[in-house]
Amino acid sequence: MSEVMLEVKDLTTKYITRYNEDIYAVDHVSLKVEEGKTLGIAGESGCGKSTLALSLMGYYFAPLHYTSGEIIINGRDISGMDPDVVRKSILGTEISYIPQAAMNALNPTRKIIDFIEDVYHAHDEYKSKAEIYDLACECCSILGLPKEVLQKYPVELSGGMKQRTVIAVSVILFPKILIADEPSSALDVTSQKMVIKMLKDLMKDGFIKSMIFITHELPLLYNVTDDIMVMYAGQIVEKGTAKEAVFDPLHPYSKGLMGSIIVPEHGLRDIKLTAIPGVPPNLKNPPPGCRFLPRCKYTRAECEANVNLRNLEDGRAYRCILSERELRDAYRMEAEQNARK
Amino acid sequence: MLESSEIIMSAKGLTKVFGFGATKTLAVDHVNMDLYKGEVVSIVGESGSGKTTFAKMILALISITEGEIYFQGKKRDISTNKKKQEYWRNIQAIFQDPFSSYNIFHKIDAVLLDCIRMRGGGRLPREKKVEMMSEACKFVNLKYEELTNKYPFELSGGQMQRLMIARIFLLKPKILLADEPTSMIDACSRATILEMLMDLRKEVGMTVIFITHDIGLAYYVSDKVFIMEHGKFVESGSADEVILSPRAAYTKRLISDVPKIHEAWDLSTVEMQSS
Amino acid sequence: MKNTLQQVFHSGKFVIGFSIFMFIVLTVIIFPLFVKTPPLGIISQGSIQGSFLPPGIYVNVYDSIGVAPYTLLLDDATAKRIASKLSPDDRTAIKEWLLADGIPEDQIDTTDTKSLMNLWTSNYDPNKELTGMTFAKMRFYQRLNTSLQGILSTQDLTIAETGTVTGTLQAKGSVSQTDYVNVSEVPNVRLLALGTDSFGRDVTPELVSATGTSLLIGLVAGLIATSIGLVLGLAGGYIGGIVDDVVMFFTNIFTVIPSFVLLILISFSIGQEKRGPVVIAIVIGFTSWYWTARAVRAQVISLRNRDHVNLSKLSGHPIALIIFADILPYIASYVFMALILQISTAILAEASLSILGLGPKTTTTATLGQMMNWGLIYMAPTMGKWWAYLPVIVIIALISFSLNLMNTGLDQVYNPALRE
Repeated sequence: MSEVMLEVKDLTTKYITRYNEDIYAVDHVSLKVEEGKTLGIAGESGCGKSTLALSLMGYYFAPLHYTSGEIIINGRDISGMDPDVVRKSILGTEISYIPQAAMNALNPTRKIIDFIEDVYHAHDEYKSKAEIYDLACECCSILGLPKEVLQKYPVELSGGMKQRTVIAVSVILFPKILIADEPSSALDVTSQKMVIKMLKDLMKDGFIKSMIFITHELPLLYNVTDDIMVMYAGQIVEKGTAKEAVFDPLHPYSKGLMGSIIVPEHGLRDIKLTAIPGVPPNLKNPPPGCRFLPRCKYTRAECEANVNLRNLEDGRAYRCILSERELRDAYRMEAEQNARK
Repeated sequence: MLESSEIIMSAKGLTKVFGFGATKTLAVDHVNMDLYKGEVVSIVGESGSGKTTFAKMILALISITEGEIYFQGKKRDISTNKKKQEYWRNIQAIFQDPFSSYNIFHKIDAVLLDCIRMRGGGRLPREKKVEMMSEACKFVNLKYEELTNKYPFELSGGQMQRLMIARIFLLKPKILLADEPTSMIDACSRATILEMLMDLRKEVGMTVIFITHDIGLAYYVSDKVFIMEHGKFVESGSADEVILSPRAAYTKRLISDVPKIHEAWDLSTVEMQSS
Repeated sequence: MKNTLQQVFHSGKFVIGFSIFMFIVLTVIIFPLFVKTPPLGIISQGSIQGSFLPPGIYVNVYDSIGVAPYTLLLDDATAKRIASKLSPDDRTAIKEWLLADGIPEDQIDTTDTKSLMNLWTSNYDPNKELTGMTFAKMRFYQRLNTSLQGILSTQDLTIAETGTVTGTLQAKGSVSQTDYVNVSEVPNVRLLALGTDSFGRDVTPELVSATGTSLLIGLVAGLIATSIGLVLGLAGGYIGGIVDDVVMFFTNIFTVIPSFVLLILISFSIGQEKRGPVVIAIVIGFTSWYWTARAVRAQVISLRNRDHVNLSKLSGHPIALIIFADILPYIASYVFMALILQISTAILAEASLSILGLGPKTTTTATLGQMMNWGLIYMAPTMGKWWAYLPVIVIIALISFSLNLMNTGLDQVYNPALRE
């Protein structure tokens, strides 16, 4: 039984708008990440996955506010902690976060090595410049980055290089968990591959013990993560291993999502991509029952009541009132109908 | 599936140079392309490959440095404004960002009415115009009565992109150039947009050029694929040929760098760049 | 549009700036309707150096005598009267004389006016020469003595008139020390809230009309500058190529040459007679447009590659329509803010020109800068005649401040990133 690195129980966080409305972007989310595993969070724009990433850090900025739930890192509940304590003792050392387009966070007027020095100083680690430089060089050689990068300015590096540098810096204090929010979305395909390889190597070489990978690109998730969690309108709608989530999705939304994957493979031209009409609900006043109801093909009257996450064995879960069997039957019938057309 | 063997447009030695002196850049490098009537082609390239510049030259939005474009057998003549407008009756475009495709100060009716005017229907009675606009909206699964008098910011991204397709429905050009039409759309709505574009193509008999960086999309939707790198076509052929049995090294690399599901995604072949 | 106005008036800074500015504008408009004095009308005469009457309520003495008096018995009236005649310096002077005369110090109490006066009247001898006293000082004490005559008397004052028939002084009436007149019954009372300037002109109406003129000059100059800047920026930014090169060429020239020096030179060469307010406004407008042109051009360059502009082109819209419908509305808020700033700088430019004496010359009104110019020439600051220049400075500062505050408020509305 591997050690649990991060456990989240019923986390709810909200945004407070200028007009004092509450928008619950993360609504009673629970998850668990074990040592040596990567959890993927899939979902489309506005589903709450980036907010979830921010919330997991325990470092809240207005207008994002913590409402309820527990975030347990290495046995310590950080959910109520003071932001400054979190910054000094948790961020960087226990949990590290790479935001979207993180490469834009590099100050164009400072060298990379200055950036690394700042990270050490922010964590009260009093090391001399020479010591920091040596540590950085070591890090670089393990991660496959050339040493010259340290003395360069961000402008002199390519997009892929910048992203890899930022990732390297964020793991320099050996955090237990790394949260990567769309680490490769702004890059071309080749740089993306380098970034992904680097992330996988980080796990392999023991820089980090576990990872949460957030993206809307499903083929990427499939290749990188062990388990996948699908989010919709602030709630988790499906949980399972990567294989289960992609090839045997249960929730109608995940089914639609997986059916819209486009990959340049043999057989792509023969399949019919699925599309889900409609848009996600406005989270200002979420409907009381299933949030996917207006767009679902398999609705029943009971869907208007509150729908909870159904937990099956081995960490598999989905949020629907229909049973596994009913869903699988419905999908099979539809596939047969489509084949006949 | 090729619908005819008639060439509707061809580019010969098309070149675009930006700047001069030390900052001279060759964006498009003597490109040749033959476009057959009714087919769907994709031009695939990464950012900086010159595909957008190439598209803008075809659309007559920027000037050509060298080379010729032939439209329906004759050399393209856009020397006067009138001739340009003639040309634009035959070729139109859909752009990547549905939000920035609209003038935010005008109601969306303005876009559709403008299309009717372009087709010569400026003097038609109001009811006939409304009928035409309703028909266009119906084609893209939108209801005209619900959209009329709304401003662009009141619609969703998917709705706005579909309205752009409705615009093309009204204009019925011979060639449609779609520049990354689905890259800013949610995955769930992508299939709808692509389906509508293909239905429109059948309905109107359009030839479609997709410009994209997504080689998977190119494979799904096109008959022919052109791979562009550094302003040149490095490979071209049918979709199956280019994607399943690529010949150029760049194409092979491009395909292997995309994460796949049924096939393995080999990470060991990554060369870690040093800059 | 309605939504924008709502947002704009929600912004605290804009509302404050707008209120101050509108208050000034409304005062300029409404004041002349009630106060009909000509702004440059001379109302007082003074010495060669200029009259500079201090602010206050001026009551016609002749009329106040003619009005039927009321009797008021006030306790402190006598003390106040004496205190006004006998300043602390005078008391000290008296004490000095008495000491020099040999009176012991403990007998002299400068605060007790009565005893002091008694000592003085009993001991003072105008011809006595005390040790260490200069001739000038002797004269001083003689004058002091004269002025103190009758200070303690409670006698009535007699008014005498030269008889038209007899040619001799005839008593006409008397004024008692307890006679008071009600100011509202006196026919000729004038409130000079800010006194008069060196020429003897009432500063208040002069200031109001000068503000009006300056605002008008600012408005005209601002409009001219913004229009030129807008047209050039649009042309250079959108059309590009040669047109852009030409526009940038001229913009750079005007940027590099200090506009103020240019203003001074042009103003000087136009000559005094031709330098009316409108001419000055035009000159200021034509030398300050470069900032707006550059800003507009930058915005237009970033807008011309937007998708909606490309789609307009593909729809065959002519250039004029694209500029007017697809570009102009997007920069409208920016241009409006530029206009406010140009008005503000124009008002300051005119004030700076006028203070140097190169501003507009008219006979019916002044400008703010001109009032300061007169104040300086006639040495109001050195003489401590603050009313001739301080209100002007305050008004200029308020106008500039309110316009800039409006601008900051608008900036926050249109640029959400700046909101707090």
